[in-house]
Amino acid sequence: MSKDHHHRWTRKHLLSLESLTADEIRHVLDTARSFTEVSRRSIKKVPALRGRVMVNLFFEDSTRTRTSFGLAAQRLSADVIDFSEKTSSTNKGETLVDTARNIEAMGVDIFVIRHQAAGAAETLARHVKASVINAGDGAHEHPTQGLLDLYTIRERFGKLVGLKVAIVGDIANSRVARSDLWGLKKMGAEVILVGPPTLLPRSFEQLGARVVHDFDQIIGEVDVVNMLRVQFERIKSSQFPSVREFTRLFGLTHDRFKRCKKDVFVMHPGPMNRGIEIQSEIADGPQSGILTQVANGVAVRMAALYLVTHAD
Amino acid sequence: MRTYYDQNDLKSVIERLTDAIAAAFPPGKPLAIIGIRTRGDTLANRIVALLGKRGYPRIPQGTLDITLYRDDLTSMGPKPMVRSTEIDFDINGIPLLLVDDVLFTGRSVRSAMNALVDFGRPSAIRLAVLVDRNGRELPIAADFAGLTLRDVPADHRVNVRFVEDDNVDEIVVEPK
Repeated sequence: MSKDHHHRWTRKHLLSLESLTADEIRHVLDTARSFTEVSRRSIKKVPALRGRVMVNLFFEDSTRTRTSFGLAAQRLSADVIDFSEKTSSTNKGETLVDTARNIEAMGVDIFVIRHQAAGAAETLARHVKASVINAGDGAHEHPTQGLLDLYTIRERFGKLVGLKVAIVGDIANSRVARSDLWGLKKMGAEVILVGPPTLLPRSFEQLGARVVHDFDQIIGEVDVVNMLRVQFERIKSSQFPSVREFTRLFGLTHDRFKRCKKDVFVMHPGPMNRGIEIQSEIADGPQSGILTQVANGVAVRMAALYLVTHAD
Repeated sequence: MRTYYDQNDLKSVIERLTDAIAAAFPPGKPLAIIGIRTRGDTLANRIVALLGKRGYPRIPQGTLDITLYRDDLTSMGPKPMVRSTEIDFDINGIPLLLVDDVLFTGRSVRSAMNALVDFGRPSAIRLAVLVDRNGRELPIAADFAGLTLRDVPADHRVNVRFVEDDNVDEIVVEPK
């Protein structure tokens, strides 16, 4: 068989992991792997997107995702424009499309969009000619975070099939949890969602996850613990008894860490609430992949930018 | 025009190419070899093995993926998989021998040179190809060629196949 790899990539947009096939996910991860080499060069730049323009269209605060996309685009020699706007209008859909079309008229090739409304990226993709990458839409999805989590786990274990991954915390409000869940299931891993019933409805079982409300019940059997950030800004007080209570029941404490598998891999999408969902020493310890996730994020986003602009 | 070269022909073409390289770079003089993925890399492996048999000390060898440097990606059919470049030695100040299977338009070589200058400043870049065919679109020429074909019709391709990549050793001139 020929070793020439000619995969067809047909997607002009990257909107969710739910919509990708396992082969497509594998293709992004393999492409990302090739891009990690660029970040190790003395000149960390290739001309693949020279002359293209990427716009970071952020309607919600974000530092690392925006920076990560910006750096990824620059390593591919694209030009980067940052556009941030906090919207207060109730008619957000219309504002979004109008804003994007105005920016597009200046000559834009890729929109990277973060918005508080689920489905915002998809709406945008229907109304612009440029490629659209979803950088987080409400509690719906955050596909590049999902892909970089898959990438980081695959690099650590050499595979995804058969691994047991716990995603812990505020599942209901988490787009990261949803993207991780779709991606991990498609790639053959087992997903255990852990959180209080108020932040983890049983309905997640329909998406193929095990739903557990007692962290200690599964702590010793998982290969990966992905600790989600407690999103104080999204939580209604009735869902969340107290911070101390949350840490006692669902935090990755020293006591729980001791009961994990010896080679457990600890992840967190950031930014961390140190001492709340995760103890500092664990986050900074040898089994933490947190900074590796951030580093891999650049390569994964380079792959995403490259692929959506080179779709067949 | 001859359109088929079998495994024995291919072997002697590589031998001839290696002779020419050896004459220009005697053992002990600095040299590093960079193969352009995929078949230029395979050819580089074969040349290095032959030079090894002739008593050359270990020659630093790297692999170049030029996908990200191509100027024709948007007009291509199925896009090639982006693969990594592996050059784990310092290319500054040493002569580099760039190796590819077929020299046609010259665009791959241009892309390869653009990629190489991102890694440093070699003292010289020389080009070795298995087949030097007509059809250049850029002012680029091979320093070493195993086989020169001057009248391949424009609508024909020269396909080099290696056992390592394609399970067969052959050179075929065939319609696109």
